[in-house]
Amino acid sequence: MEQNQETKQTTKSENWEPRIMAFLCNWCSYAGADLAGVSRIQYPPNIRVIRVPCSGRIDPIFVLRCLQSGYDGVLVSGCHPGDCHYISGNYVARRKFVALRAILNFLGIEPGRVQFSWVSAGEGEKFSEVIKKVTDDVKKLGPASRLVKKD
Amino acid sequence: MGTINEDLRKQAQKLLANKEIDYFVGCRQGTIPFRSAPHAFRTEAELDQLTFDMTCSNNLAQFLHKNYKKGDKIGIAAKGCDARTLIQLMAENQFPREAIKIIGVPCCGVLDQKKIRDKLGGKPVLKYSLPSMEEILSGKKDTLTVEGKDFKEEIKLADVVSNNCLVCEYPSAPLADTFIQEGLKQEKASGSMNWLEKFEKMSSDERWEYFSKQYSKCIRCYACRNACPFCYCEQCIVDDSQPQWFGKSTNLSDTMVFHIIRTLHVASRCIGCGACTRACPTGVDLVTLGLYLDKEIKERFGYTPGLDPGELPALCTYKEDEKQDFIM
Ligand code: SF4
Ligand code: SF4
Ligand code: SF4
Ligand code: FES
Repeated sequence: MEQNQETKQTTKSENWEPRIMAFLCNWCSYAGADLAGVSRIQYPPNIRVIRVPCSGRIDPIFVLRCLQSGYDGVLVSGCHPGDCHYISGNYVARRKFVALRAILNFLGIEPGRVQFSWVSAGEGEKFSEVIKKVTDDVKKLGPASRLVKKD
Repeated sequence: MGTINEDLRKQAQKLLANKEIDYFVGCRQGTIPFRSAPHAFRTEAELDQLTFDMTCSNNLAQFLHKNYKKGDKIGIAAKGCDARTLIQLMAENQFPREAIKIIGVPCCGVLDQKKIRDKLGGKPVLKYSLPSMEEILSGKKDTLTVEGKDFKEEIKLADVVSNNCLVCEYPSAPLADTFIQEGLKQEKASGSMNWLEKFEKMSSDERWEYFSKQYSKCIRCYACRNACPFCYCEQCIVDDSQPQWFGKSTNLSDTMVFHIIRTLHVASRCIGCGACTRACPTGVDLVTLGLYLDKEIKERFGYTPGLDPGELPALCTYKEDEKQDFIM
């Protein structure tokens, strides 16, 4: 995740569009995104996707790294409870996310910047809804500034 | 019944004499004011140096863990937080319950040197005298006297006790083989609620401002990590360079990420001993965020670390039907 030109500019201009990083579990949410794609369901083009094997693979440091490098929002998405292909990956991840959220919120980082969802391989519709919601929320918050690394 | 220190020495002496332990972990007089030093007492002859008072601020369980070798049998004089550290380390399979003889001691908090320094405006202390533990615990005395070049002052103990002690809910070992002078066991302090109230009332902007200010004091010396009994990874993430997860300079963003990660790594394990905060040379507030997370974890998962050597830390386990109100 190098800081490229694109992620570095945080302009507040009229036509500012948020950049959102989405970590999608390979088996459910990524397939859900795929389904949204092949079904031609529309969703905002603000997300960049990183495919991970399981939501349990998402170390909170990935999320922090995105915020540091200037992403305006981060979405973390995995299989519904009970559907994780590694049985308990998303259960353990859920507790980790509780802790991460609590810390970010307490330090004063807007809760809307980091969001979580469960999206299955069959939920193309839901995937697009989730992306719409996250994009709207982050648009309302404006460009990220807290935690963004300025040198 | 003698004094606390007499009883403590007697217990340690008995354990050593009966060869029930290889050594006894406790404190002895240090070389700088207000700090005694952890020591492994191996012979009965040394035991007259064994003391326990408000200057024993080190987490002795951390000292024990650092020195522990498989097969060792060790006795320890444990304040509430020392004992909880031991219990938590047992839950993490660091040593078996049988290896440690826990001698609980009644605690009324430990001194924070930085608070004393600030109170005296940095004037060096040449001599000081603390009331005996018995006098403090029974409420007969609540001040300490400090003396330096042309000054002599009385300081209220409550003003210079560590912050985490002010909110300590377990001043006595929740699990002990013997407890010294049960009658002097202290009540729970107010708990973290009162402490956190002021922060929870702040707006998110105010909290951001507060914590940015705190973390910008950090010089990335990692004394906090070194002092923490739960930072025992052989390779710490802060030392990684391939990949380097966050920068090593004092850039505020990097420093914040370091502190968020450190807090997450000890989440559901930190028992609030305050060793990190006392070790910090620049006085960064490390306790508040930890207390807040601890409270969240207690509320969400009904878990408190350091109480049951058979229970996994909350973040290492899960329940299937858990509240997930924040997940879409
Ligand atoms: S994080 Fe600080 S308060 Fe918590 S266990 Fe470690 S040293 Fe003690
Ligand atoms: S900060 Fe994290 S990686 Fe480093 S020693 Fe502590 S727990 Fe281990
Ligand atoms: S001890 Fe203090 S200055 Fe050193 S790394 Fe920890 S918070 Fe920063
Ligand atoms: S495989 Fe999808 S969350 Fe574990």
